[in-house]
Amino acid sequence: MQPGIEDQLGLYQKRIPIFTRSVKGPFRRFKTSVLVLAYATFFLLPWVPWARPDAPAQAVLFDVMGRRFLLFGLTVYPQDVIWLALLLFIAAILLFFVTGLVGRAFCGYFCFQTLWTDFFIWIESKIQGERPARVRLFRQPWNQEKLLKIGSTHAAWLLVSFWTGMTFAAYFAYAPDLVLAFFTGQAAAAAYITVSILTLATYAAAGLMREQICTYICPYGRFQSVMYEPETLAVHYDAARGEGTHGRASVRAGRGIVVERRGRELAESTVVQERRRVNRNSGERALAERHEQGLGDCIDCGLCVQVCPVGIDIRDGLQYKCISCGLCIDACNTIMDSFDFPRGLIRYDSEKNLALPSPAPVKLEWKRLKIIGYGVALVLMSAYLVYSISTRGSFDRAVSQVRQPLYVVLSNGDIRNRYQIRITNKAAEPQTYTFSARGIPESALDLGHFREITIKPGHSGLVQASVHLPPDLASKIHQFEILITPNGKPDETRVEVVHFDKPSLRP
Amino acid sequence: MSEQKLQSQTVQTTGHAWDGDLQEYNNPLPVWWVYTFYATFVFAIVYWTIYPSWPFGKGWIGGLSDVTYVNSAGETKTHSWNTRALYLEDMNKAAIEQKPYFDKVNAMSYEQISRDPEATAFILSSGKALFADNCAACHQSGGQGVVGFFPNLTDDDWLYGGSYETINQTLLHGRRGYMPGFGDVLTGVQIDQLANYVASLSGLQHNAALAKAGDVLFHNETAACYYCHGVDAKGRKEIGAPNLTDGIWLWAGVNATPSSEGKVAAIRTVINNGLAKGVMPAWAGRLSPEQIKVLTVYVHDLGGGV
Repeated sequence: MQPGIEDQLGLYQKRIPIFTRSVKGPFRRFKTSVLVLAYATFFLLPWVPWARPDAPAQAVLFDVMGRRFLLFGLTVYPQDVIWLALLLFIAAILLFFVTGLVGRAFCGYFCFQTLWTDFFIWIESKIQGERPARVRLFRQPWNQEKLLKIGSTHAAWLLVSFWTGMTFAAYFAYAPDLVLAFFTGQAAAAAYITVSILTLATYAAAGLMREQICTYICPYGRFQSVMYEPETLAVHYDAARGEGTHGRASVRAGRGIVVERRGRELAESTVVQERRRVNRNSGERALAERHEQGLGDCIDCGLCVQVCPVGIDIRDGLQYKCISCGLCIDACNTIMDSFDFPRGLIRYDSEKNLALPSPAPVKLEWKRLKIIGYGVALVLMSAYLVYSISTRGSFDRAVSQVRQPLYVVLSNGDIRNRYQIRITNKAAEPQTYTFSARGIPESALDLGHFREITIKPGHSGLVQASVHLPPDLASKIHQFEILITPNGKPDETRVEVVHFDKPSLRP
Repeated sequence: MSEQKLQSQTVQTTGHAWDGDLQEYNNPLPVWWVYTFYATFVFAIVYWTIYPSWPFGKGWIGGLSDVTYVNSAGETKTHSWNTRALYLEDMNKAAIEQKPYFDKVNAMSYEQISRDPEATAFILSSGKALFADNCAACHQSGGQGVVGFFPNLTDDDWLYGGSYETINQTLLHGRRGYMPGFGDVLTGVQIDQLANYVASLSGLQHNAALAKAGDVLFHNETAACYYCHGVDAKGRKEIGAPNLTDGIWLWAGVNATPSSEGKVAAIRTVINNGLAKGVMPAWAGRLSPEQIKVLTVYVHDLGGGV
């Protein structure tokens, strides 16, 4: 090749299949509990009943056609869009807050891409077997066994994907009716389109693309990376300990002895406990032997790589593909335990701590300006959201002055202004509202025949008000108040300040 | 690309040679391009089949796609797909949806409408659109009118009466306001006298001596103003003669003139030249009776009627 001409690198890389080995440990348990909780919530919520006088009895229903969200006892109207804005703001700040503290915890434990991929991998391993069996199946030519196993895996994925799409759609229509209509061909076209798109998207994302979504598509993973600080806890390999001066090495005679490895299954019995105590000593001896030869604690078993759902080697250091799921920690600790080496060769730790000659015990360092700032914003916004929802009124109102013309001079010289009062009844039952004015003579407010108006729940009503004042009074009154009172609820009276316009006082 | 690569490439030719050594390179179009080109053929044929395409005799080939709608007469119409038919479909659909409301309003008396919140809300929204389409060109979007041209509909002064019935009459049959010019009939002094008298009626600054003489002219046969404006100068609604005693001036720019001389001069101009521009067109036949009824209530509510 000539100097100056670069090698042509393809921008496309074929996916390298990943077959993860299952592992046991606290992080796996945590991930499983989050998965169960999230699935229970997502799949069961549309089926929770909730009696309402004027709407379907579904606890959570996003009634798009009716322009309202029904959330248990709360009805959210489009006017309450500020709540959605607050919620999104809180979610964003929470993400920043958590990422600053413990890295990409959202990616590793809570993201739906991770949850669904995790579940799909579980299905895969139940049908096709553990990692070696899956690798063998992948390499063997197509035969009846392979066809059956791969086919049934994909069928199961499609089934889960379909129910995922169906459940999503069920949030937007009364679930029992929707499911019935869906299977009898009676549902709206939107339902079929939504379910099909979501089925295919779930199947593709969790079954076929998996870690590629996180690596190539998802923007959240990318921008979370820039929120890491030296103090942020993340899944790290303790390279100083693992590599020693001569690198990692597998356990062989003469380079650290092999100790009893079958003890773990019987770990509960006291006999075994006793043996473990002895073994611990042998573990210490083995380590001392390794350290003498300049070897690190890593025995290069590769289990941390085999369990990784994104197919990286954590021992290469923190990298952008890592979703911080902690499975390699579980894997490594399992191995360390079996050799009775100390745990935590791979652990949650901070860059700053690991850079020390002898790392201190891991601790969460939250006393940082950024973390405290996010924390304060989180608390304030959440408090405001709770306050705003708990003090919501039973109706919405908007009083707008008619601006064309701004004022009318009547034949006797009086000045008239007109106003439109729009009321939206957000309560669950019909409500009558009465209007009055403060700051002008009571007789100056003319509402035609509508001194009170009754509005059905979820509906709006419009009332025209006109106010006319004699010129001497008009010149003194710049604004006054219109009071809107729901009948029988005087404490919910709302006051709207409106302007009164008059001919300019310019000479 | 490196030099070696260029050299190693064998150039394909079409195989012909002219004039001994003239050869033609064979550079076929990219395969994807060729197939895309063929695909456009398929697309064109599918498109011609579905949508109107070729002229045929006096008409055209309509295609498979149809537009069906029910028109206001209740007839079902089917056209081959075209944007005009889509427009008609939309318009008729909207008209059918509005019909129950128009029917409801049409069946109610004005008094009933004024007490019914739903009917009033309908009048406010549909009336606003009808007013903007048909009336706002002269009376302005808020009904405030233009001094010297078009009356203000938001005040309490009605040339022809502000009851529902008179507004409805005005809308149906139109109005033609007229006042003769007195420039040829009276002398300049007499017109001055009349102008000062009219100014005095609504309490504007005036020359009392001239106004006194104007009072006489107003009420005798020389000018005979009382004939239309009434003996008390409060106007006569049956012929649209305005009330001269209130503070509202449509034709004379009194309120726009700060000086009292200017106000009198503005009145004088109207007396001298007369008026023939107070023309309101008739809307019967142009708008449906239901639409005129909606506009009647809408206009009535603009100024609160009388």
